[in-house]
Amino acid sequence: MEIESTHQRRSFLKWLMGLSIFGWLGTVFYPIARFLIPPRIPEANISSIRVGTAKDFLVGTGTIFQFGRKPGILIRLKNDDYKAFDATCTHLSCIVQYRDDLNQIWCACHNGRFDLSGRNVAGPPPRPLEEFDVNMKGDEVWVTKRT
Amino acid sequence: MKEHLFQWIDQRFEIGAFIEFLKKKRVPHGKGWYWYYFGGVALFLFIIQVVTGILLLLYYKASADSAFESIRFIMSQVEFGWLIRSLHTWSANLMLLAIFIHMFSVFFLGAYKKPRELTWVTGFFLLLLAMFFGFSGYLLPWNELSYFATKVGTDIIGVIPVVGKGVMTLLRGSEEVTGATLPRFYGIHVAVLPILFFILLSAHLLFIQIQGMHEPKGWDKLSEEKKIYIPFFPNFILRDLLLWLIVLNILAFLAVFFPWELGEKANLFASAPAGIKPEWYFMFMFETLKFIPAKVWVIDGELLGILAFGIGGLVWLLIPFIDKTEEGTVRSRTVKIGGLFVVAFIVIMTALGYLL
Repeated sequence: MEIESTHQRRSFLKWLMGLSIFGWLGTVFYPIARFLIPPRIPEANISSIRVGTAKDFLVGTGTIFQFGRKPGILIRLKNDDYKAFDATCTHLSCIVQYRDDLNQIWCACHNGRFDLSGRNVAGPPPRPLEEFDVNMKGDEVWVTKRT
Repeated sequence: MKEHLFQWIDQRFEIGAFIEFLKKKRVPHGKGWYWYYFGGVALFLFIIQVVTGILLLLYYKASADSAFESIRFIMSQVEFGWLIRSLHTWSANLMLLAIFIHMFSVFFLGAYKKPRELTWVTGFFLLLLAMFFGFSGYLLPWNELSYFATKVGTDIIGVIPVVGKGVMTLLRGSEEVTGATLPRFYGIHVAVLPILFFILLSAHLLFIQIQGMHEPKGWDKLSEEKKIYIPFFPNFILRDLLLWLIVLNILAFLAVFFPWELGEKANLFASAPAGIKPEWYFMFMFETLKFIPAKVWVIDGELLGILAFGIGGLVWLLIPFIDKTEEGTVRSRTVKIGGLFVVAFIVIMTALGYLL
């Protein structure tokens, strides 16, 4: 009887000691896992930027500009109107371009197309492009995020 | 002297048994014998990858400011730098081609069946590693094409439910593909993948040594006299070496007359160039994603594509456990027809990728 209880106690202790392997694995792999996660770099919350002056943008062309850490696209239409969008394709994040021949925004990666309101009209993109407001301050072109 | 040296080594390491094993080892020489050489070709090209890769390491600098410039330096200033880089890129492509041919020949010869299931499984993972080698190495020159290929490739990983976004950020070293991505891909390409590849390759080769090569269809019914074998050493090895020499010549021809271009330096704020394409071995997946609509019922098209390829890959991995029957049975034939569809799909989609 006593032997059996000693045996039970021993197997319980063995089991308990066995659990410590998880603690050991945790202390080894936790720092490695945390090390692999890139630290967050705070981003300035830019809502409006000056993209350039009117002479920088030819009629019927699109220009990629930097909006915070992301690319935007500014299009100067034939009627001299401006349009601006987030330039990251909503399909697989390639940077889009303006095609004057199609009068559309086009993504070279998977042939996705957006109209000049940013709507996804052909190809695989699942969502429209985010549109920005464009304002002129004298000769300067300013792009502003919509709230 | 030679005898003395042999005895000295043999007394310490007992290599006599190993030499006996080599003397007895033989390779079946039946119908379709030429397919047996493609695994060896892939191995040879891998060795070239290792050698040229180590040489490139001497000058390559893994940072967004200097990666492109360091490759340009290798190609324009370092003597034979253009050749080493071109050999590295061409042999990577030929290695993938050799692995694909090897895999499909094993499949259609039914060589994955009992007892070689684990050889197939290790081979499957070696293919995945080789593709990951290609994917990670593609970014290292930090040019326009490689930048967008990495953007698309890692974005695809991000689409996977639950874990996708986390894995994508871990791979990129940031939420976007930036200068932080390059050292990660470099570390994966020159340290992580080689270790994993070496372990799996050792297992793959060990299994083949233990079990011997697969015997062609119908050999189990032949009498011993009718089965033709050739000795592994020296006959098979010499044939292997001859083929390796031919492959080396093809490789040298390609590297010299079609040197790999460097292209334009990556610009994180430029549109994806027209005609952007991934490496040819990813083309069938890239092209398929183009044809899937944005939404299929309630599922996003890209997620559906990735799920389909994931399930397809899993079925391919489990082929030896799905088809356990002997060659010639209805089940075995059905699996082979399925394999023909896979080949046709890959070939057609790849061709469309280049034609459309």
